[in-house]
Amino acid sequence: MYGRAVVIAFDEMKGSDGSLRPAYGELFRWLSDVPPDVLDYRRREAEVLFRRIGITFAVYGEADAQERLIPFDVLPRILASTEWDVLRAGLEQRVKAINHYIRDVYTRREILKAGVVPEELVFQNRVFRPEMNGQKVPHDIYVHIAGIDIVRVDPENFYVLEDNARTPSGVSYMLENREIMLRLFPELFARHRVAPVENYPDELLATLKSVAPETASADPTVVLLTPGVYNSAYYEHSFLADKLGVELVEGRDLFVKDDLVFMRTTQGPKRVDVIYRRIDDDFLDPLAFRPDSVLGVPGLMSVYQAGNVTLANAVGTGVADDKAVYSYMPAIVKFYLGEEPILKNVPTWRCRESEHLAYVLDHLDELVVKEVHGSGGYGMLIGPAADKATIAGFRVKLKSNPKNFVAQPTLALSTCPTCVDEGVAPRHVDLRPFVLTGRDRVRIVPGGLTRVALKKGSLVVNSSQGGGTKDTWVLDR
Amino acid sequence: MEYRLSSVVRLLRMRIQISHLTNYRYDAPAASVIHMLRLTPRNHDGQYVTRWRIDVSADCRLNQHEDAFGNITHAFTADEVETRDTQGIVRGVVERFPPNFYLRETALTTPDANIAGFAAAGHDAVSLDVLNFLHVMLARLHARVTHHSGGPTTMTAAEAFARRRGDCADFAHIFIAAARSLSIPARYVAGYVRRDDGTAEQGNGHAWAEAFVPELGWVAFDAANGVCATDAHVRVAVGLDSLGAAPLRGTRYGGTGEQVSAKVRVEQAAHQVQG
Repeated sequence: MYGRAVVIAFDEMKGSDGSLRPAYGELFRWLSDVPPDVLDYRRREAEVLFRRIGITFAVYGEADAQERLIPFDVLPRILASTEWDVLRAGLEQRVKAINHYIRDVYTRREILKAGVVPEELVFQNRVFRPEMNGQKVPHDIYVHIAGIDIVRVDPENFYVLEDNARTPSGVSYMLENREIMLRLFPELFARHRVAPVENYPDELLATLKSVAPETASADPTVVLLTPGVYNSAYYEHSFLADKLGVELVEGRDLFVKDDLVFMRTTQGPKRVDVIYRRIDDDFLDPLAFRPDSVLGVPGLMSVYQAGNVTLANAVGTGVADDKAVYSYMPAIVKFYLGEEPILKNVPTWRCRESEHLAYVLDHLDELVVKEVHGSGGYGMLIGPAADKATIAGFRVKLKSNPKNFVAQPTLALSTCPTCVDEGVAPRHVDLRPFVLTGRDRVRIVPGGLTRVALKKGSLVVNSSQGGGTKDTWVLDR
Repeated sequence: MEYRLSSVVRLLRMRIQISHLTNYRYDAPAASVIHMLRLTPRNHDGQYVTRWRIDVSADCRLNQHEDAFGNITHAFTADEVETRDTQGIVRGVVERFPPNFYLRETALTTPDANIAGFAAAGHDAVSLDVLNFLHVMLARLHARVTHHSGGPTTMTAAEAFARRRGDCADFAHIFIAAARSLSIPARYVAGYVRRDDGTAEQGNGHAWAEAFVPELGWVAFDAANGVCATDAHVRVAVGLDSLGAAPLRGTRYGGTGEQVSAKVRVEQAAHQVQG
């Protein structure tokens, strides 16, 4: 599919020149020893295990395929501890800046006054929530759980592809992948010192408890609020609630009284202090947002405004993670922290600006064009892979609403060895680490979710577009 | 359960008395209800609230907050207001956002091709300054759409424009959508109006729009009546659209057969202030 564009990608095992990189030494030796049928057998066993666990996802817009299994690749993606150190520092810096930015945008608006980010981008952005203006949130933390999508194109540089500051998902795959790998490949773990990820639920719970409102009791009550069983990520919601040891609730299980939120329990109402909500802002409270929402909790926003409940993530964090704001992130990092960004940004053309638009229209066949609010790889044009008719169609869409699009050069994402039908072959990958910000500190479990484009040459790693996942190993020193 | 709002709003020249009674009846009583009220006006250059009281017949705590727009809200009302004619120019109000924030489209105020065309047609005809243009649009909209105080259903600006009839909220939405389609910031105002024909009893409150005119500021346009807001208008709350400025939003747990009825009485107070 991607045949016309010849991209020589950096391979994380063999580098750009074919020499074996140290982190992959043991895996390479193991791969050369293991008979192909054994590998194949383990692959099939992994699939059986995933089916038994029942970890599936739904693709919106596909009537026939309600529940699908995300393909899992048994070969781990391996990062050396030195690589991880850079990533971790970069992630912490980025999320810190994002939190500063959101607080600023809803309070003093210094960055707008300084002209670093244009006002229009904030105030005319539909995810800017006027309800949050001047609103204090507990401990000034807005993004408690961030998923930052990272790609690399060479040994040194990590690029952020996307910030997810609303309700990032996928962490259940990170945990399940590790569990399955431990079961299937004990001998591989014996040859490596792999940093654990199993403590993620503990870290998440500690983070959530640390951000409880001042008025909460010493041992705050945390719940996970889900839109319900029809949501594509319901599996993850129930999985996480179980691992966290907190109640999984729907809107109807909660109610508001006297500026407090309560949960209905068999022992009577119980006050709730922290809500890890996996519901979008629009549906949170029918009295403040969409009046037709039956998923939320009526009156929740007035409790939030009174400072008696913590919502994780806060309302209105979308103002920091759309793809137009993304292009200002290096400036945002410098503005608040006075530091050079450790993680790089992919150069981005903002189609809202006329010179940028002209350039993009001239180079549609080499660029990736994305919707500002798009996700899941929908509504995206990959110029080098598209035929003439698709490009022409997209040109019309782009011209009619340029504000809605940004464009980026087509990156040669790094590749990792992957088990495919033909044997072991390089496939393009990205990485979504999860960054937890509590009152006390930032917690990041080593690694994250690696997504892999299973189709040869494909650069789209989204599960809705035929992507799979891998276990991600960070090697301890 | 009843809310009774009683108030006297003293506007330097006109004194208006408002009484707004909302009555909820249930066939089977609701286990609990939760309501958000946006019924309390603030003072600004053209209006001064002398007395304002909200009574709820149910046993409850009435917590006063301010929403993000600076509207006063009560999570759970007869009153008197004094008003002064400022020729529609709105000054001295709480402003929490720069004008360009009010360029944002909402579901209720998205201009379709018809509304955009309507707005642009007025724009092309003569080269007018923004203020004159808005006045022309006010007259054109008032002539084109029939005022019909109507049912409780909420329509989008596009739907109401296509039907060529609507209530005050629809007029406001169309006016806002048309203004924004030409990059003129516009917003929704909920409030009360004393009617010129002397009818004090009204089924509901009133609504109109404000548009931002460079160098002049916010100017209030009441398209349903085809005039700029005068000292007959009492301004209560603003928002991007009717949802954001809604006087009352609520829900209930349990109960059946909810019937809501409202009675609004707006009249000039008997004793006029001197000056």
